[in-house]
Amino acid sequence: MQHAVEIQSLTRVFRPKKKKEGKVVTALDSVDLRIDRGELFGVLGPNGAGKTTILKILSTLLLPTSGKAYVAGFDVAKDLLEVRKRINMVSGGEISGYGLLTVRENLWMFSQFYGLKSKEAHRRIDVLLDKFGLRDKDKEKVRTLSTGQRQKMNVIRGFVTNPEIIFLDEPTLGLDVNAARTVREFVVDWIREDRNRTVLLTTHYMMEADELCDRIAIIDDGKILACDTPDNLKKLVGMNSTLTLSVGGLNDISDFDSIPGIGNFSSTMDAGGNATTLRFILEDESSVSDIVSTVLGKGSKILSLQKTEPTLEDVFIKLVGRGLE
Amino acid sequence: MAVINDLRLLKNSAWLGWQMEANWTDPFLFATYSIVKPIAGTLILVFMYLVITGGETANDFFSYMYVGNALYMFVAEVLFGVTWVIHDDREHYMTLKHVYMAPMNFYIYIFGRSAIKIAITSFGVLVTLVFGVLALGVGINLGAVDWLLLAPSLVVGLLCICILGLAMGGVSFLTAKHSIGINEGLAGVFYVMSGVVFPITILPSWAQTISMFLPVTYWMEVVRRAVVPEAMDGLAASSGYDVTGMGGMSDLTLMALLLVSAGVFFIMSIGVFRVADNIARKKGKVDWTTAY
Repeated sequence: MQHAVEIQSLTRVFRPKKKKEGKVVTALDSVDLRIDRGELFGVLGPNGAGKTTILKILSTLLLPTSGKAYVAGFDVAKDLLEVRKRINMVSGGEISGYGLLTVRENLWMFSQFYGLKSKEAHRRIDVLLDKFGLRDKDKEKVRTLSTGQRQKMNVIRGFVTNPEIIFLDEPTLGLDVNAARTVREFVVDWIREDRNRTVLLTTHYMMEADELCDRIAIIDDGKILACDTPDNLKKLVGMNSTLTLSVGGLNDISDFDSIPGIGNFSSTMDAGGNATTLRFILEDESSVSDIVSTVLGKGSKILSLQKTEPTLEDVFIKLVGRGLE
Repeated sequence: MAVINDLRLLKNSAWLGWQMEANWTDPFLFATYSIVKPIAGTLILVFMYLVITGGETANDFFSYMYVGNALYMFVAEVLFGVTWVIHDDREHYMTLKHVYMAPMNFYIYIFGRSAIKIAITSFGVLVTLVFGVLALGVGINLGAVDWLLLAPSLVVGLLCICILGLAMGGVSFLTAKHSIGINEGLAGVFYVMSGVVFPITILPSWAQTISMFLPVTYWMEVVRRAVVPEAMDGLAASSGYDVTGMGGMSDLTLMALLLVSAGVFFIMSIGVFRVADNIARKKGKVDWTTAY
């Protein structure tokens, strides 16, 4: 099956106009990537890692210095029209728009650039305005919108053309919590509606990448350091999950260290002597049910239970040697 | 199907251009502005002429100059208007990258956006000419106007100016606000070298040679012959020599030269745009916002 996106040894170098004005920046360094149709693929990395450069090249805005990139099988450097028919892009923090037009007129105008019939365009605009809570703004001039409302309008602009492949460049950047959640939920619903759709999302929000993406590529200094599912990436760290229970009425802590799949076990009694905190390092995730059964079998009550897993941040720190922010 | 889509794009882009050009104020103020601006611009030259000639306007040269100056509005405004589309989308609305990556014919979009500029300028030229006839005695006789010569020459000339604007638009990809200066410079070259307000025979011979390569030179001559044929004949008769340098050419020859020179500029302009477009993609300047 043809990949939605295929990148081969992609390199992009930015040279300053004059030597004294700055140094040569290698934004992308021999990047290889394959994204399947139907995937919600994330590129995670700090600012300046090369995320946006990848999207600019894939969306035909920028030529690579060397290497190849294909979108839906078409060369982004040569088959511009074929690539453009299949894509759209939304950038976070974006306030673009024709300020003298209304929200609806703006969205309609961009739909016309993609050759949509007016009636169909208005139908889609209605649906999306409702989803993003902008219906009451559709007759307002864009220049009167708040920054967040403009961003939402731009998200709608990206989806109104129903692209095969959409590039989302930090789409929730600058949005409030609710608006960001709306965008994330919409993206997940959108890709589930049609498995032929593909999303390439760049973000530096770990939680967003973890929550949304089927696979994630971690990028730093223009190089892909790792690429896999979030779960597999976390396994790279070599850290196990931790299960912490607060238990009441527990007098006997024998048997716990003999439960299969437990790497380590410790217990502490709280200051009042009413509860015991049990901490298990899990080598096998399926041992959780055995632990719970054993606690309950001793006639004890579970007061609280928390399972902690390694995060993408742990993965990033392990791969890059520093945090993301 | 592709043609229908392109026509729809042209129509919709023209609508967008109209919103950008006319929607910034109320209709009355816009109409007033559209009338006052071209007349005020023309009066600057008229007053200079009156000072030099001691108030004499009832002669063929005044008509020659006045019509040329009115026509020049097309050169300046349309050339600027086409280039401004790219500058405006990039710097003011920040929409250029989305427009650029849309699967449409970018040329048609630009021409659609500029179409309204041509319409507004056409209105301005018409207002200027009517004002000239009614207030200043410019020798336009509607019965003598050669409409069959005027219509095709206007179409070819305006297309040529639009294409030149496209080349400047390409340059606009690569520059910040400088393209506007380059644009004004190019328009200035046409003003001096194309016989807009004085015949090219006044220029030194090397400059006259350059003039003969410029389509605007032939366009000015053809349109003047169509709009003020009596004044052109009178000017030739009173001066006793080939004052425009093109008096010996038939209308057909002039049209042919206009077509050929416009064709050469067409090819050059498309070439300039494509090269500039490619450089912009190489250097990452398509979605560049300079904040100028």
